Amino acid sequence: MKYMLLIYASEAARAHMTPADYDAELQEYRAFGAEAAQRGVMVTGEALHPISTATTVRVRDGQALKTDGPFAETHEQLGGFYILDCRDLDEAIEMAAKIPGAKDGSIEIRPIVIFAQA
Amino acid sequence: MLSDLRTVIEEVFRLEHGRVIAALIRQLGDFTLAEDALQDAFLQALESWQTDGVPHNPAAWLTTVAKRRAVDKVRRQAAFARRQADLHALSQPEQPDPADEGDSEMLDTFPDERLKLMFTCCHPSLSLEAQIALTLRTLGGLSTAEIARAFLVPIPTMAQRLNRAKQKIQAAGIPYRVPPVADLPERLDALLHVLYLIFNEGYCATSGEALVRQALCQEAIRLCRVLISLLPPTALSAEAHGLLALMLLHDSRRAARTDANGDLVLLADQDRSAWNAELIAEGISILDEAFAMRKVGVYQVQAAISALHAEAPSADQTDWRQIAALYSVLMNLAPSMVVAVNHAVAVGMADSPQAGLALLYPLGAAATNYYPYHAACADLLRRSGQREASADAYGRALALCQNEAERAYFQRCLQALG
Repeated sequence: MKYMLLIYASEAARAHMTPADYDAELQEYRAFGAEAAQRGVMVTGEALHPISTATTVRVRDGQALKTDGPFAETHEQLGGFYILDCRDLDEAIEMAAKIPGAKDGSIEIRPIVIFAQA
Repeated sequence: MLSDLRTVIEEVFRLEHGRVIAALIRQLGDFTLAEDALQDAFLQALESWQTDGVPHNPAAWLTTVAKRRAVDKVRRQAAFARRQADLHALSQPEQPDPADEGDSEMLDTFPDERLKLMFTCCHPSLSLEAQIALTLRTLGGLSTAEIARAFLVPIPTMAQRLNRAKQKIQAAGIPYRVPPVADLPERLDALLHVLYLIFNEGYCATSGEALVRQALCQEAIRLCRVLISLLPPTALSAEAHGLLALMLLHDSRRAARTDANGDLVLLADQDRSAWNAELIAEGISILDEAFAMRKVGVYQVQAAISALHAEAPSADQTDWRQIAALYSVLMNLAPSMVVAVNHAVAVGMADSPQAGLALLYPLGAAATNYYPYHAACADLLRRSGQREASADAYGRALALCQNEAERAYFQRCLQALG
């Protein structure tokens, strides 16, 4: 089954990271990516620029309304994601616990909908 | 005649529902399909058993018929091509799961899959409420209406809660298996917690229908017995034994816990001759088995405390010294306000009221809104002859307590102080 693992963390807290912290974290993420690939569960994964770079679009009455920032202000912000193909939820939970961001943020696991072939 | 048959079928339903549904879910891979098919099979039983008599193994009969119904249903509802793979799988004889070897022996004509179902129903990604409802519905075979009544929620709310849980199991890929050894202790704790909550809901609730509440207690005890029968007899199952002992010992006081008006009677005031000696003996013997497994846990310690109360010929002859020692063990295993207050009370009874009060007072700030704390202070103050301070503490307990039986008791104590 495919799962999307959404990585949420406080951008405010992350703003205080030193370059050394940042490098160490990058190493951890590389190691996680290698482990996921080695287990054969990795589909894809990306990191996102902070919410200050976000644009939200809503179409109302045929008009595209563009606003600066994320769709909702939250305590923790979406900072990246993985899509993993796991045996079941237990394996997805096991992998989620290994994502470096789980230590100071939260990982939300969402199963991906598979639509029947038309 | 027909009513006899109904009674038989209801009995079969109650006893076999969990085992049959577990086997069906395993084979069909779908909770709702399995439940619908079993419902059909029970309707069929009402007809067939009337003419042909009750089969030798009703559970196997129901499983076979339900499986056939499910195949029919899949065939009818779905485009054949899309579901061909499912049908192919269903028409194959059941392949033993290599992962199961050694832990599930074939009983009668189908394996017992209830342990897997228990772990699925009590998966940590389901809310505790959903875990409880799903366990009662699938393993206990209680109807949605019965569960709704027991938890005082409208039937549609409970139906929705169950449906959402079943959908989540399917959509999120919650596995149907016994967890790997590394996760087993933690997952087993969660399972025991659900059984304990089911029991407590039946035992402690002062509202709701008495019969439904009793059914919850019986169900929790029955499911704990099933669980123990399915676990290897190692240290792993020590706490399952402890929980069963605890529930049996509590349940032994059922008849003495309420008076003619249905009001709660406090432990010290209960008619001990009304306690069920058979349940006490069984609880103590199961607790001995648990201790022999040499893996102490909170349920075993609580059961041991309950056993000491059960063995005391009168409230005055209670072995408070031993109870105080057990509460201090419990304080190390799982410290909480409830345990701290009970520990202080036991020390107050075993040593002196002053010794108990010395343990209670440091809790004061955190316990301001916890009425058992004030009740405990009041009792120990009264025993040490401090009438005014005792009356003050009873007053505070009265102001906070919602339970009618305990309120009445505090009133009596206040009047006795003059």
